[in-house]
Amino acid sequence: MSKIIKCITGGRVIDPSCNLDKNADILIEGDKITALEEKITPPESAEIIDASGYAVVPGLIDMHVHLRDPGQEYKEDINSGTRAAAAGGFTAVAAMANTDPVCDNPSNVRYVIEQAAKAHSRVYPIGALSKGLEGKEMAEIGRMKKAGAVAFSDDGCPIMDSQLMYHILQYASGIDALVIVHEEEKYLSRGGMMHEGAVSSLLGLRGIPAASEEAMIARDLLLLKTTGGRMHIAHLSTAGSVEQVRRAKAEGLQVTAEVTPHHLLLTDRAVKNSGYNTNTKVNPPLRSEHDRQSLWEGLFDGTIDAIASDHAPHHPDDKDLEYDFAPFGIAGLETTLPLLLDELISGRNKKFNMPLLIEKLSTAPARILGVPGGTLQIGSPADLTLIDLQKDFIVKPDHWQSKSRNTPFSGRQLKGAALYTIVDGIVTMKEGVLSDR
Amino acid sequence: MQTLRRKDFLGLEEMSAEEINLILETSRSMHEIIKRKIKKVPTLRGRSVLNLFYEPSTRTKASFELAQKYMSADSVSVAGSSSSLVKGETLKDTVRNVEAMGVECVIMRHPVSGAAHYLARNIESSVINAGDGMHEHPTQGLLDLYTVWEKKGRLEELKVAIVGDIRHSRVARSNIWGLKKMGAEVVVAGPPTLMPPDLDIFGIKAFHTIEDAVINADVVMALRLQKERQESGLFPSLREYAELYGLNRERLKLASDDVLIMHPGPINRGVEMTSDLADGPGSIILEQVTSGVAVRMALLYLLLGGTKE
Repeated sequence: MSKIIKCITGGRVIDPSCNLDKNADILIEGDKITALEEKITPPESAEIIDASGYAVVPGLIDMHVHLRDPGQEYKEDINSGTRAAAAGGFTAVAAMANTDPVCDNPSNVRYVIEQAAKAHSRVYPIGALSKGLEGKEMAEIGRMKKAGAVAFSDDGCPIMDSQLMYHILQYASGIDALVIVHEEEKYLSRGGMMHEGAVSSLLGLRGIPAASEEAMIARDLLLLKTTGGRMHIAHLSTAGSVEQVRRAKAEGLQVTAEVTPHHLLLTDRAVKNSGYNTNTKVNPPLRSEHDRQSLWEGLFDGTIDAIASDHAPHHPDDKDLEYDFAPFGIAGLETTLPLLLDELISGRNKKFNMPLLIEKLSTAPARILGVPGGTLQIGSPADLTLIDLQKDFIVKPDHWQSKSRNTPFSGRQLKGAALYTIVDGIVTMKEGVLSDR
Repeated sequence: MQTLRRKDFLGLEEMSAEEINLILETSRSMHEIIKRKIKKVPTLRGRSVLNLFYEPSTRTKASFELAQKYMSADSVSVAGSSSSLVKGETLKDTVRNVEAMGVECVIMRHPVSGAAHYLARNIESSVINAGDGMHEHPTQGLLDLYTVWEKKGRLEELKVAIVGDIRHSRVARSNIWGLKKMGAEVVVAGPPTLMPPDLDIFGIKAFHTIEDAVINADVVMALRLQKERQESGLFPSLREYAELYGLNRERLKLASDDVLIMHPGPINRGVEMTSDLADGPGSIILEQVTSGVAVRMALLYLLLGGTKE
């Protein structure tokens, strides 16, 4: 069977992996990129995708999502979650281990990989660090890595036992396994519902101090300094966290970090302004304006490597409760790109630009996870996203591919969205319409 | 006839001084009714109200129920178990069911801050917040304002010291908003573990000693200290609290000569304040309770807008 040939013509091609930002054509043969030139004359059999006026970028990779599969398929499953990914312009996602059963052994890793074979985006499994996410015994990190897990994390259940964490970092360094940490000192954040500060005082909601994140980052950076190895810090939320990561990088530690769109765009004020809307309840919590500004600074100066959604889907019934009773989490796969494009197009952040955005949403996640993609270089997998910077986009959770509806951005009018998502040379989303891979 | 042009009464933060004034003025007429031998007016005849208490309450519940009876409203009281916690019926479903029986006003006490806002968004009936978590207890705030206003003839430029567990107190928050809006100066004091952070946002001064707060105060309000706070490690013992932060005659010497002593109840005698203060000449603690009925009658009247005939 001859390979299907596609030619994406006339687009603004942005590839942060080789500092490329120019108008060019891209040739795809089968599942590979085979040419990238200013002008390509495609064979007659080629399908032409006219990208003039659009940005053509390496497929977006969301390195932090919860797909709830297996175990909580009423919230999301691998099918609906990857449909959401494709709709949002993502060609790959990394799925956290807090499923039921927990992804803490090779067969559960293989389950995710097998389910993902027919899904709308690539799915990279993240294995648990500790068995059952209990923070007591190390999980089989090496066997899971062999089975295809790209990283390891007890996301949401930080390991409070410092000795175990020490040993995990030591062990992981020996097999070059990436450890992803959700930084929260659980005793300090106990009972907390939102960021501790003026707004929590006003609302009478129990606070989660910035120090609960910062104390844990301090511990893990100290451990990493001793053990060596690679550590990635999920969803930074405070100014103090950014500062610690900045210093650790300057010292030469192999540490990377991510931030979510909601922490970049919202503050604890949103809890008050929404009248205790449970869609503002998220962990780590929405922080102060000072913290928010520091996150942008960290993003611009390279302290923060990546942007990830921390897509945490919940069934609408789960969130339709009193604030204390609702679960934490914001679903972000279908809003991440439009929110960030809108921020970029609005010009509110002068240093924000398309190459930087694509670096944070594609090239950096690929590099950190050690997975293919994040580049348009010849021979790379044909994973691409086409972006329309002119598109008017309204956040309408009722129209989502995800089973969830939990977003604090509902009704927002935005500018910019993904137009095409292409995985392995196959169009998985075209102008909002999904097709099978 | 003036009414409150709002569906719900959720907190004093969102009330204007004019609205608070209207409630205080109306409470005065209601207070007259309570003083009568026959304490019943037909004003809310044919109107139905639900009292939904997810937390134990003696005085607030009795006060609302009596206010409803004095106004001739029909009411039903339900003691909710926090059903959401045990995966039973949700709050929304519970109230929608009672609403389907014809209730048009829901008075709710709930352990979660913001629960009244959540409910108000989800039902057509009026919601009166009878205390939501650590957020607000606006009818308590109103009755405290009313009691002081009756005693002093004004609220503006009075210095009010609120002392004790500010952090967990919905009474403190409602009083701070109400008093500030009516032109009073508010200061608070308590151990740092019982103070919420960044109190500047309320536009008040905070102290860590009772003495600093009560200097020249016209009103001193002590808050209830819950035993659970000791168990969660916020202070070492009730006796240490009493010694360091309890109100007593000696400390009150710093306040103005005709200082009023208040407490939202129930009192831990000898902890938040000594018995001689609670029962002494400056104490208006029982008057607060009487005011409570009057203020709640006024609120029901203003919110339900009298009879719709």
